[in-house]
Amino acid sequence: MKKNLLGGRTEKKPREPISNTNLLMTITVCTFVGMYAIAMIVWGGGFLNPQQFLDLFNNNAYLLIIACGLTMVMISGGIDISGGGITALVTMVCVVYLEDHGGTVAGSFLISIGIGLAFGLVHGILISYLEIQPFIVTLAGMFFARGMITIVSIAPRTATHEGFLRLKQLRVTIPGVGYYGKTGNFIPAKVEPGVIVAIVIVIAIAAILKWTRFGRNLYAIGGNSHSALTLGINVKRTKFFAYVLAGLLSGISGYVYLLHTGAGDAANATQAEMQAIASNIIGGTLLTGGVGNVIGTLFGMLSLKTITNIIIASGLTKPYYQSITTGLMLCFFILLQSVILAVREKGSFRLLLPEWLKFGKTGGTKSG
Amino acid sequence: MGNGFKKLMRTQLVIPLFSLFLIIVFNLIRDVGFFSISIVTNNQGNPVLSGNLISILNGASAVAIMSIGMTFITSSCKGQDISVAAVAAIAGSVFVSVLRSYEITVPVIIYAFLLSCLISVVFSMFNGILVAVFKIQPMIATLILFSAGRSIAYWINGGATPTVSSPLLSAIGGFIPGIPVPTPIIIMIIFLVLISLVLRFTTLGLYTQVVGINEGTAHLNGINPVWVKLLAFVISGVCVATAGCITVCRIGLINHETLLLDAEMDVILAVAIGGTALSGGKFNLYGSVIGAYIIQALTVTLFAMKVPSAAVKAYKAAVIIIIVIFSSPVVKEFVVNLYKKMFKSRVKTPVKAS
Repeated sequence: MKKNLLGGRTEKKPREPISNTNLLMTITVCTFVGMYAIAMIVWGGGFLNPQQFLDLFNNNAYLLIIACGLTMVMISGGIDISGGGITALVTMVCVVYLEDHGGTVAGSFLISIGIGLAFGLVHGILISYLEIQPFIVTLAGMFFARGMITIVSIAPRTATHEGFLRLKQLRVTIPGVGYYGKTGNFIPAKVEPGVIVAIVIVIAIAAILKWTRFGRNLYAIGGNSHSALTLGINVKRTKFFAYVLAGLLSGISGYVYLLHTGAGDAANATQAEMQAIASNIIGGTLLTGGVGNVIGTLFGMLSLKTITNIIIASGLTKPYYQSITTGLMLCFFILLQSVILAVREKGSFRLLLPEWLKFGKTGGTKSG
Repeated sequence: MGNGFKKLMRTQLVIPLFSLFLIIVFNLIRDVGFFSISIVTNNQGNPVLSGNLISILNGASAVAIMSIGMTFITSSCKGQDISVAAVAAIAGSVFVSVLRSYEITVPVIIYAFLLSCLISVVFSMFNGILVAVFKIQPMIATLILFSAGRSIAYWINGGATPTVSSPLLSAIGGFIPGIPVPTPIIIMIIFLVLISLVLRFTTLGLYTQVVGINEGTAHLNGINPVWVKLLAFVISGVCVATAGCITVCRIGLINHETLLLDAEMDVILAVAIGGTALSGGKFNLYGSVIGAYIIQALTVTLFAMKVPSAAVKAYKAAVIIIIVIFSSPVVKEFVVNLYKKMFKSRVKTPVKAS
């Protein structure tokens, strides 16, 4: 939609319809903004505090990184559920390396990247070159990672390495943003270094998906892998790199998680893979492939976490309310996407309904 | 001969049977007495069978029953239901809450079981409607109940982990006095026989596979894919409720957090190892059941090798990867070609006829 500079009128050119990716992403962004605005008006308090908004990032930077890797895999039509397991394994291995083997900060970061790459490579080879179902391969990857944690160390460990702690306590102050404390002093808002990493990754992957050949190939493969093959795209290699990148990002996510909590524990990042999938779905990435965007994933993750904050703010503190509302929210988004895509595909909502639900004037084709 | 081998490689049962065989051989080499079965007297004074083989068959029965339902869903909907364990927790909670409000007798148990079946079928139908009518990917659709299911069970239980105890329940979860075989194994066999009869005498199996292979063709041939998919979810609902009730009877309490924890992953693995493609289409029910026993046999073997329970997952994953590598189409093709090359001189290639 190009605007005419003078009149502000749209040009007379026939408008190109908005793509599924952008439509679903717009819905997610609008939902999040609306939800947060309502929360600010109704509950005020914490929601007006910029630090609470930034804490959404501080607490979930690792989840955002996993979800970004997953977005690429899901666009190519696959699935990767090993993210949480790899994250937890990296935290444990890095802590043990720092504590027991006199490791350095740079060394531990290299280890986290190495673990992520190793998992990604194995997943990629098995899935794209040996044609094994991605769900099973990454499920085995998750089991393997979770099992390896207890082999490395059964008891939870805490990092006490000096250099690492300095890095952990590092905070980035955002200029001009902050809130007034109880005594009236201005406290600037802070984010953790992990958040910067996560944001850089989001931007990088958005750019990769938008402007590189690899990114466009991913969409082509997810849309229809057979046509992609006939167009001369190397389907296997593209899929392989998607899984490698997802593994690498899971490794980085582990290091970010460690920077946030400073402890290695077998219970770290439980259910992170399912939350990452949920963030992607809310963000408009379809599991069938070919549709999706990391910006949508970012807002999907924010929506998922904001709804939890809203539930707590509204006084429903029992733990089961949170997961039931998460389920309801997922249900809402899934149904919404299904209806929107069906309408766009068939041009009418009626055609989506089964035969026995169609009533009214036209009534569908009557069987003779 | 080359053709026969090729045919054998193509059948879906070859991988599960081969892996089960490997695990058995491995155990026999490691410890000859691994599969010995003895008759001991349990604490109720009844003679019962005991041994690793029995504990494999007994322990896998819940997963095996659920894998029957999962096979139908996988075949017809081209996807998996990841909410089975959560729905089993809901069914178990309903079962326990009914039992606790009455005196436990046989009719009450049957009533409680039927009610939990009904609730479980309702929840399964919720998944089924999302999948069949709204055409949502099964894994995404069932993610809703996966995240909310255990919380619903928590709400039914009122936040506690209520216990039930009665000799009748321990007969269902353990042994019926006078019969030395654990009851879950008997229930599993009854279930399998029933489903086999249904498959043998109705067109259910054919319809399910047709819908899974090509939905459009099924529709043109007068099969309504929506009903077939919903039926798969109803079957799964009954299977899940049965598995949940058996597990509750076995441990005598309902813990919504830990009841059949991670069982959905085991069930999907059982289906995959059993030779049913996770992308739908042709299914093999017996393969799935054998798959469930393979997973349990693996776990029992690892426990017997004194592997700590938390680390079992890592070894399990390694073995699973090996199994799926051998069942990969690329590797299968490679093996068949290798076989052909090796025996090319001896086997005359059959004349291309018909």
